[in-house]
Amino acid sequence: MTHETEPQAMEARAGWDICLEHLQAGYPGRVVLHDISAQFPSGAITAVLGESGCGKSTLLRHLIGLSRPMAGKILYGGRDFFDLPQAYFRRIRRRFGVLFQDGALLGSLTLAENVALPLGEHTKLPAALLRETAMRTLELVGLRDFADYYPHELSGGMRKRGGLARAIVTEPPVLFCDEPTSGLDPINAAQMDQLLLDMKMLYPSMTLVVVTHDLASVRRIADHVILVREGGVGFAGTVEALEASEDAYLRRFMDRIPNSEQGLLTAQPVDARVRSALDEWLKR
Amino acid sequence: MKVLVWLGSWALSLLNTLGSFFIFFVDGIRHIFTTPKMAPKVIRQMYAIGVQSLFVIVLIGLFTGMVLGLQGYYVLVKFGSTGFLGAAVSLTLVRELGPVLTAIMLAGRAGSAMTAEIGVMRITDQIDALEVMDIPGMGYLVAPRFLAAVLVFPLLTSIFDVVGIFGGYLTGVQLLGIGEGIYFGRIAASLTATDIWEGFIKSLVFALLMTLICCRQGYFAHLRKDGRGPEAVANATTSAVVISCVAVLVADYVVTSSMLR
Ligand SMILES: Nc1ncnc2c1ncn2[C@@H]1O[C@H](COP(=O)(O)OP(=O)(O)OP(=O)(O)O)[C@@H](O)[C@H]1O
Ligand SMILES: [Mg+2]
Repeated sequence: MTHETEPQAMEARAGWDICLEHLQAGYPGRVVLHDISAQFPSGAITAVLGESGCGKSTLLRHLIGLSRPMAGKILYGGRDFFDLPQAYFRRIRRRFGVLFQDGALLGSLTLAENVALPLGEHTKLPAALLRETAMRTLELVGLRDFADYYPHELSGGMRKRGGLARAIVTEPPVLFCDEPTSGLDPINAAQMDQLLLDMKMLYPSMTLVVVTHDLASVRRIADHVILVREGGVGFAGTVEALEASEDAYLRRFMDRIPNSEQGLLTAQPVDARVRSALDEWLKR
Repeated sequence: MKVLVWLGSWALSLLNTLGSFFIFFVDGIRHIFTTPKMAPKVIRQMYAIGVQSLFVIVLIGLFTGMVLGLQGYYVLVKFGSTGFLGAAVSLTLVRELGPVLTAIMLAGRAGSAMTAEIGVMRITDQIDALEVMDIPGMGYLVAPRFLAAVLVFPLLTSIFDVVGIFGGYLTGVQLLGIGEGIYFGRIAASLTATDIWEGFIKSLVFALLMTLICCRQGYFAHLRKDGRGPEAVANATTSAVVISCVAVLVADYVVTSSMLR
């Protein structure tokens, strides 16, 4: 069983370099990402940018091994993730923390139980310690008072923060976050950024992959940026390079300029027939 | 020619389905032994399947027994052998109606809940989230339900039997006036260990069949072609209950015919 120690060895040796080679991915009958080649440097925060619907969450699903690429490779520390024996694949994935776009908390467990779940399932720690750890982690995301609420009793932003608490409770060397700040108010969004930066301070070797639309957050936290555009890589490099770029599309993206200069609402979206039907309904 | 092609593809897809059921089953059983902290999960499921179904089972058992008492009396009185009512009621219940009706009730009550819960978890990424935390969905969700069902089905079936025999007593003895001693004496004389075994084995088979079908329908709700999202879960739940009931009746015939040999 030479594989037994490899994940640890990988951590020590090469860190958690993630490398995509000509990744092609999508859903049955539909290719979303055509050809992605990119590096996610280990021990750094990489932001994945891109328009809504361009396939960022899809990319993340592949990075965490939930979907198999249609073609191309995902390399962790130089080894093809999907070519590993099942046991080794799981040993690597154990070291991931993942925040899903909508939190993906288990609906039948309270927030605290959700956060304690990965610890409880994989260790023999006493219940009191599990609870205490969950509470401390919830404190970090500002949800201590909601520990005994069920996910459906929380707001979208709270579920997201709960999802982050669950993702970081195992102190993973690799953390994936799908839009950690979307749906949060400016204060909580800034808090989220700060939390990610603090995590980075606390665990300098941690590799973070953050999918986001939030440019303010990119500017604050990212060391490295990958921009997905039309199924390929539109830009890869540092935030400074992105800021300085002269590319027209990148400038529009960074400066929040809409696709066309004229107003989009040149014509009314509903025509006269619809309008009169609506008026009739309103009068009723 | 067309018929042949159709028949061939039908047979292939049937084999395919049966194979995937088998794989799901083996995987579920395997996870019983590899999942940590099984006891609390099983207890939680036993509560969901068993305790919450107890009232319905008692109710159905009582009325089934009462009807058996009436109908049995009506038939036996023609042959002047109403003394056999106890034997007739108890054998019918223990060998046949107890396991079957319990399984069908549980498919409707607990099985549908299994499919719906697992299906919703599937379409809202909760199973993916488990998978990423290295908590296999098969181990966390399916295996405890297998084990709980195997423990709970025989218990509920025996409760059904006992309540049913009491129901037969109510109509046969209290209402129609058969001797109390004759009713219970005939039960003791005619009910053998084999009969009880048959009922027990049936309830185990039904437990595994029902959980297998219901869990699998929920687990793969996202792959359904006849609906998306909530609709897929709804369809999965409906077909889980229907397939479970059919499978229970088919399996009932198979077990009965092999036991009567
Ligand atoms: N389960 C699915 N089946 C088929 N197509 C899908 C599925 N999920 C997403 N898609 C498609 O894949 C594309 C990329 O979706 P994805 O969720 O990855 O976008 P995204 O970049 O994360 O968008 P957003 O920023 O809005 O979250 C979309 O066009 C979407 O229609
Ligand atoms: Mg997304």
